[in-house]
Amino acid sequence: MALAEELQVIAPSKLAVNHVSKDFRTGRGTVKALDDISLSIGEGEFVCLVGPSGCGKSTLLNIIAGLEHPDSGQVLTDGKPVSEPGRDRMVMFQEAALFPWLDVLGNVMFGLKLKPNLSNAERREVARFYINLVGLERFASANIHELSGGMKQRVALARALAPNPRVLLMDEPFAALDALTREQLYGDIQEIWEARKKTIIFVTHNVREAACLGNRVVLFSPHPGRIREEFKIDLSRPRDINSVELAEYSTEIMRALKGYVTGEVGE
Amino acid sequence: MNRALIAVRRGVTSLLFFAALVLLWHVLVRRGVWSSVLLPDPSEVWDYLVSAVKDGTLLQASLVTMRRLLIGYGVGIVLGIPLGLLTARFKVCADTIGVLALGLQTLPSVCWVPLTLLWFGQTEAAMLFVVVMGSLWSMVIATDNGVRNVPPIFSRAARTMGSKPIHTLVFVMLPASLPFIVSGMKQGWAFAWRSLMAAEIYVTILTGFGLGQLLDNGRALSAMDQVIGIMIVIIVIGLLADKILFSPWERFLHRRWGTGRA
Repeated sequence: MALAEELQVIAPSKLAVNHVSKDFRTGRGTVKALDDISLSIGEGEFVCLVGPSGCGKSTLLNIIAGLEHPDSGQVLTDGKPVSEPGRDRMVMFQEAALFPWLDVLGNVMFGLKLKPNLSNAERREVARFYINLVGLERFASANIHELSGGMKQRVALARALAPNPRVLLMDEPFAALDALTREQLYGDIQEIWEARKKTIIFVTHNVREAACLGNRVVLFSPHPGRIREEFKIDLSRPRDINSVELAEYSTEIMRALKGYVTGEVGE
Repeated sequence: MNRALIAVRRGVTSLLFFAALVLLWHVLVRRGVWSSVLLPDPSEVWDYLVSAVKDGTLLQASLVTMRRLLIGYGVGIVLGIPLGLLTARFKVCADTIGVLALGLQTLPSVCWVPLTLLWFGQTEAAMLFVVVMGSLWSMVIATDNGVRNVPPIFSRAARTMGSKPIHTLVFVMLPASLPFIVSGMKQGWAFAWRSLMAAEIYVTILTGFGLGQLLDNGRALSAMDQVIGIMIVIIVIGLLADKILFSPWERFLHRRWGTGRA
């Protein structure tokens, strides 16, 4: 049956970023946003990209999404080069980017309507499944402007999950939320990651958030954007952002980050 | 207080206001402030309207005028929205059609009437042309404006979900520009309505006798009851159009976007 097939947990992708470079031309010359970045991400891994603003981490995410193109190098998902956006890689942005002319259900269905071989009844069914998954069953017919910031990001998460992608790309999705809402979402995203088996790449400048969510934290430094160091986070899940063990990791990452940033200034 | 009661109260307030206006009008006429030739009593205007309804001239004229307006306005919208999408998307269109639209919009639509008469003569086509010219350019500019004001993140989000350029234009850019398009529709309506009235007063067309002609006819006969009566009808049609044509859209915008409404 199409519906059951649509909702099943599918295998996550592995990703390979091979020697990706990208320049931005500004009024004051060329800025090297990404300088020869290589990174490999395993199936179902939760990787956080951390770094100060201007280090190119969002640009890398956009390149993986297919929204931007690298000047050189390429990104492979399961061995196939990325050239344009695809439903196998869904994106969540810092702003929820929900469509105000649609209600919550309509927003979650937007991507599904572009998926062939589904009846509208099945699409509605799938959308409801994900709206329930993010805990918004009572708000399916709510208007977007009626939702809080955290609820909007939950809808955006449901919308990103609905086409059943293999990879979830998240660009500072919780940066604009208050601390309490963020903490709830940290729990939810870990649960959903375990239940739906996605490969997640999560961009943030919040070191503690990265240590809380990632199996691996990749540290970037700016001008030019480079990978400086990687940290494996060996903590059991679900993780609590306020735990002491987590603080040890985030302190270590923070120290490294400061080293690279002050090193940059001294150059 | 519940909603129904508030609605009734607001209705009563409006009603009392207009009743007071009519009463003031009546008192001024009775006291002979103006000659009754120049300002007839409200009851005379009422009598005219009743007789015009009875002999069918009013309904006939209203139908003729509304038909011209709705067809012309419809053409203006159907052409204006795609043109606006084009000018917003392609620089070439912006530099050509966009500039043309901006230029022609500044031309008061009444100014089309002399040219139209020479081109089309005293025909229905002339009326249609004037209405289209009145509404089209506002629609182009409003749609263009609307599309340019759509947050770029919307089309990026749509692209990640597999939306291709044409799909994005129709299912993202167009609905996202609705607030602008609806205000463009209102402006286009106002321009079309004004230019049609001007054209009807200006030219007599034998294929149909519209409200504007009825108004001009009243002037020719120095029949002030007719002049004022027709003016009132024109105002009422304008108000009704606002309520029937635009209120549903505005309610939708208000509900979805959460924007304010008077």
